[in-house]
Amino acid sequence: MNRADICVIAIAECFRGDADLLCNPIGICPIIGGRLAKATFAPDVVTTDAVSVLTTNPLPLGVPDAPRQTESYVPYRTIFDIVWSGKRHVMMGATQIDRFGNQNIAAIGDFRQPKVQLLGLRGAPGNLINHRTSYWVPNHSERSFVEQVDVVSGPGYDRMREVGAPGNRFHDVHRVVSNLGVFSFETPDNSMKIHSIHPGVTVEEVVDATAFDLVIPDEVAETRTPTGEELELIEVIDPHGLHHGEVPS
Amino acid sequence: MANKQMTEDDFIAELRDGMTIGIGGWGSRRKPMSLVRAIVRSGVKDLTIVAYGGPEIGILAATGQMKKAVYGFVSLDSIPLEPQFRVARQTGTIEAVEYDEGAFYLGLLAASHRVPFYPTRAGLGSDMTTMNPDLRTVRSPYPGPDGGEGEELVAIPAFELDLALIHMNRADAAGNGQFLGPDLFFDDLFAMAADRTVMSCERVVPTENLLDEGSFHTLRIQRIFVDGVIEAPLGAHFTECPPDYDRDESFQKLYAATAKDPDAWKAFKATYLDAPTHDDYLKAVDAR
Repeated sequence: MNRADICVIAIAECFRGDADLLCNPIGICPIIGGRLAKATFAPDVVTTDAVSVLTTNPLPLGVPDAPRQTESYVPYRTIFDIVWSGKRHVMMGATQIDRFGNQNIAAIGDFRQPKVQLLGLRGAPGNLINHRTSYWVPNHSERSFVEQVDVVSGPGYDRMREVGAPGNRFHDVHRVVSNLGVFSFETPDNSMKIHSIHPGVTVEEVVDATAFDLVIPDEVAETRTPTGEELELIEVIDPHGLHHGEVPS
Repeated sequence: MANKQMTEDDFIAELRDGMTIGIGGWGSRRKPMSLVRAIVRSGVKDLTIVAYGGPEIGILAATGQMKKAVYGFVSLDSIPLEPQFRVARQTGTIEAVEYDEGAFYLGLLAASHRVPFYPTRAGLGSDMTTMNPDLRTVRSPYPGPDGGEGEELVAIPAFELDLALIHMNRADAAGNGQFLGPDLFFDDLFAMAADRTVMSCERVVPTENLLDEGSFHTLRIQRIFVDGVIEAPLGAHFTECPPDYDRDESFQKLYAATAKDPDAWKAFKATYLDAPTHDDYLKAVDAR
């Protein structure tokens, strides 16, 4: 069983139960997982071609000329309108993430003059405060799962407690998927908890690769493995096998 | 209808030190690059550039003409972070005001509608305020969702622009602009937000031919918001301008490499940015 395939399944599972919203994963494994969810158990989400249209068929990654059944037009301005409407579930990356789900994709060091400029805030501030957000971190380590992020692009639960009601009412960090496991914030103080660990990974491995104390349930579940049908669909959606390159083996 | 066609020299004559200039397009997509090079040739300085940023931010940072950048992001798309911008940020040579991507749209919209701000939830709880200590919040005058006090929101200030530069696929001489690619981006708002707008285009066509290549839905720049029209075939090069041309990825790589090598930057600037006219630039690109 391949770890990258497990990660794609874990990502797809983040969208289980979603319907009539824009499933908007960003990054290689997230796009594959999102399209897989739509092709299987979440048929009522909509997905983009990563340019400007929604397509009903799961488009293969890295095949620009693939046949597509277009169902609607979503230029960037419409994407922002959808963000603010709340009918969206985004999955973003995180260079750093902390126990309350604060995400940093902006910079390492002082944001005013960073040691390393990263992507920036991008759409994270607006995403987090308007609709459900999940994260994908392909390189789980003490450098990515940190005690404190250098810059808050996407605010986590502690920052949102400071904002308070009613401003925080749409904030919903759903899951963090890493190459080692799946994590949630379903704890009394919304600190990060192990939701499941991937087959072949130990709890100790996860704890050692995390700079903060994770909440560990009494019974740690194992991330499910893909079905035969799902493996076939992953091949269709990712004909070049790009997801294998994103997950360290 | 007045003929608004102008030359690059006319355009350069309008430029002043300290201007706030909005630049349309998105990342490395449909950027008015011939006009950006005209800015480089003009030598004007202390500019504030407002953009969904691409190579124009990196170039004007590297030439030292940009004092301040106001942006939603700065990217070359196929190269996720603009490399000259990265250098400018890490060495602290520019003042940077970064907005959430959607919040940035509201700053353009507010200026277009001549209101001082538009409210949004985007930014609350994030470090957007760290980068922008002047940012203020506003309390809704209406009751909150529970009937109590009104909700506190971020007031995104109007991005008032002295000048907007946009690049369209087609335009007429009167200033009606047409996009034929997948996305207008926010070019209509840049034009509305600015005191003056200069529009370059791949081809100037007679008004009666504007519907030859696209439906009326593509006629999204109205001449009432445009002051000057410059025909510049390949004017967005090396950024993409579909359906007329794709991004010139190999040229973009050449540009990106200048961020790590001051001599490569000097050569790039001398060969391409300092080319006296757009035609000379195209010849230099062809001769590569």
